[in-house]
Amino acid sequence: MLLSAADLHFRYPRSSKHTTAADAEVIAGVSLDVAAGEAVGILGPNGSGKTTLLRLLSGSARPLAGRVRLGDADVLTFSRRAIARRIAVVPQETSLAFDYTVLEIVLMGRYPHLGTFEVEGARDLAIAMAALESTGTAAFAERPFRTLSGGEKQRVVIAAALAQLDSGKGSRVSFSEEKIPGLESALLVLDEPTASLDLKYQFEIGALLRRIHDERGITVLLSTHDLRFAAALCNRIVLLSQGRVLAQGSPAEVLTPALVGRLFDVDPELAAPILAAAGVRR
Amino acid sequence: MTSPMRRGVPIVAACFGAMVVAVVASPFIGSTSLGFSRVFSTTIPFADNVDAQIFFVARLPRALAAALVGGTLAAAGVVFQGLLRNPLATPYTLGVSAGASLGAMVAITFGSAWAIGGVATASLAGAFLAVAIVYALAAARHRGLSTTVMLLAGVTLNAFFSALILFVQYVSDFAQTYRALRWLMGDLDVASYEPILYALPLVGVAFAGFAWLARPLNLMSAGIDAAATRGVEVERVQRGAFFAASLATGAAVSVGGPIGFVGIIVPHLVRLLVGADHRLVLPASTFFGAAFLVACDALARTVIAPIELPVGIITAVIGGPFFLWLLITRR
Repeated sequence: MLLSAADLHFRYPRSSKHTTAADAEVIAGVSLDVAAGEAVGILGPNGSGKTTLLRLLSGSARPLAGRVRLGDADVLTFSRRAIARRIAVVPQETSLAFDYTVLEIVLMGRYPHLGTFEVEGARDLAIAMAALESTGTAAFAERPFRTLSGGEKQRVVIAAALAQLDSGKGSRVSFSEEKIPGLESALLVLDEPTASLDLKYQFEIGALLRRIHDERGITVLLSTHDLRFAAALCNRIVLLSQGRVLAQGSPAEVLTPALVGRLFDVDPELAAPILAAAGVRR
Repeated sequence: MTSPMRRGVPIVAACFGAMVVAVVASPFIGSTSLGFSRVFSTTIPFADNVDAQIFFVARLPRALAAALVGGTLAAAGVVFQGLLRNPLATPYTLGVSAGASLGAMVAITFGSAWAIGGVATASLAGAFLAVAIVYALAAARHRGLSTTVMLLAGVTLNAFFSALILFVQYVSDFAQTYRALRWLMGDLDVASYEPILYALPLVGVAFAGFAWLARPLNLMSAGIDAAATRGVEVERVQRGAFFAASLATGAAVSVGGPIGFVGIIVPHLVRLLVGADHRLVLPASTFFGAAFLVACDALARTVIAPIELPVGIITAVIGGPFFLWLLITRR
């Protein structure tokens, strides 16, 4: 198993004395496996704990109880650099404090592969350019990141993630150096990759992720509240509701009017035509 | 195709050249004009060579102090801006200079009565006190450091220490108040190499930290979480940046007083030239900041000669309008 979470619990430090311990728990007993080569979608309404769950799964946050295994070992036993060479995270939005160019952003993806004072070499530059090519953003390489549109920014950040996961040994990601037992694929984690994009960019990002998954053999784990997007891209969907797994399975198994109605707290009759439009095979 | 970083190297080299030229040229500027060939003459003994004495004993220490203080403040500004992810941060935002000033005021006013060392030592002690308070507050309830708490604590500390400075000045006599005021205006008249050598080890430690911080600060620009998922040990970088930049600022202020605006003008100008990469911005700002303050000090010594203006007035007169221009033109 690439990634395996068992009985995760998490709550943010209490900010007010009015919240009780029980309702402050953002993740309340989630167990979840991601196998190499899968495309897994975490589907849930706003505030269901999707972002927090992704932070726990990618080792960015420490669970209060339960644990996450990367390959055969606890994710927290790895250094941040070691994790970063296997798991790349694309956040919902990226805003920069300073004015970097697109190429500089993508080269930052090489950070976990370089020594403390090492400067990116020709190989890193080639990897970055290849990542820009494969996301269709090579034309922007010299432009300031802040001048791009939302969809272009998202593709550039995905390119940086690809550069981060590239071990530099051929087009398929491989881990010849420093093997992690039981870990045979890189993992791309995306937090609501289409939340702030219009329809055209949603299709573009969807097609791009499918290509990355199919051609590069990268395992994809993403969160979304978009039924159509999840149905089109993922081979397995986890329904997350108030920090708990409501159901998980193939799109056809879990994207039923009854379950989706429960998940989003809407009438199942209202959910049915949306599911039909999303093209879920029954 | 070349790496974007390598393209900035010539500009860093040019900034270095500007620093060297400024440090060598500025001692020639002043009320007594010096002959280049006489200053560097090997035939006239030093004891008889008045030009060389003025150059090496009176004016060069001042130029070197200006270079040290200017370069250090500019670099500390870059690191604070990177740490706080805010291009408008200065080396004084987190209260280091207010602490240093309080220390200096106490030494100037009560120095003769209490054995508390020189003004420089006292200002350094004040700076460390401020740093300790801000750090304790920012680290108290967080894993890592909260930059929000840091900013709020810094602003509050600045106000609180300013009140204490006013109190100390209120109880001091006229001569002490005059000295204190001159110190607060920023003064690079070090009179010997001693204060420079005294500050150099602290500045050296800080810059070793800066060299290590340059690349992680680039990644922090996209946010703490984003940097962490790319492999940056975020908490360690935050602590390192905070302590290294505070140490540098404290050391610089102990030499020249709280000279304003260098730590914000210089990084901004340099970013216009080399882009945002901290591996270029840090060295370029250091060299350019050194050249800038040496030039400002030369101006301060000559603009209404024979009266010498405190250099802080010159940097503020240049820096104030610059800052406003920055606010208006930045989107």
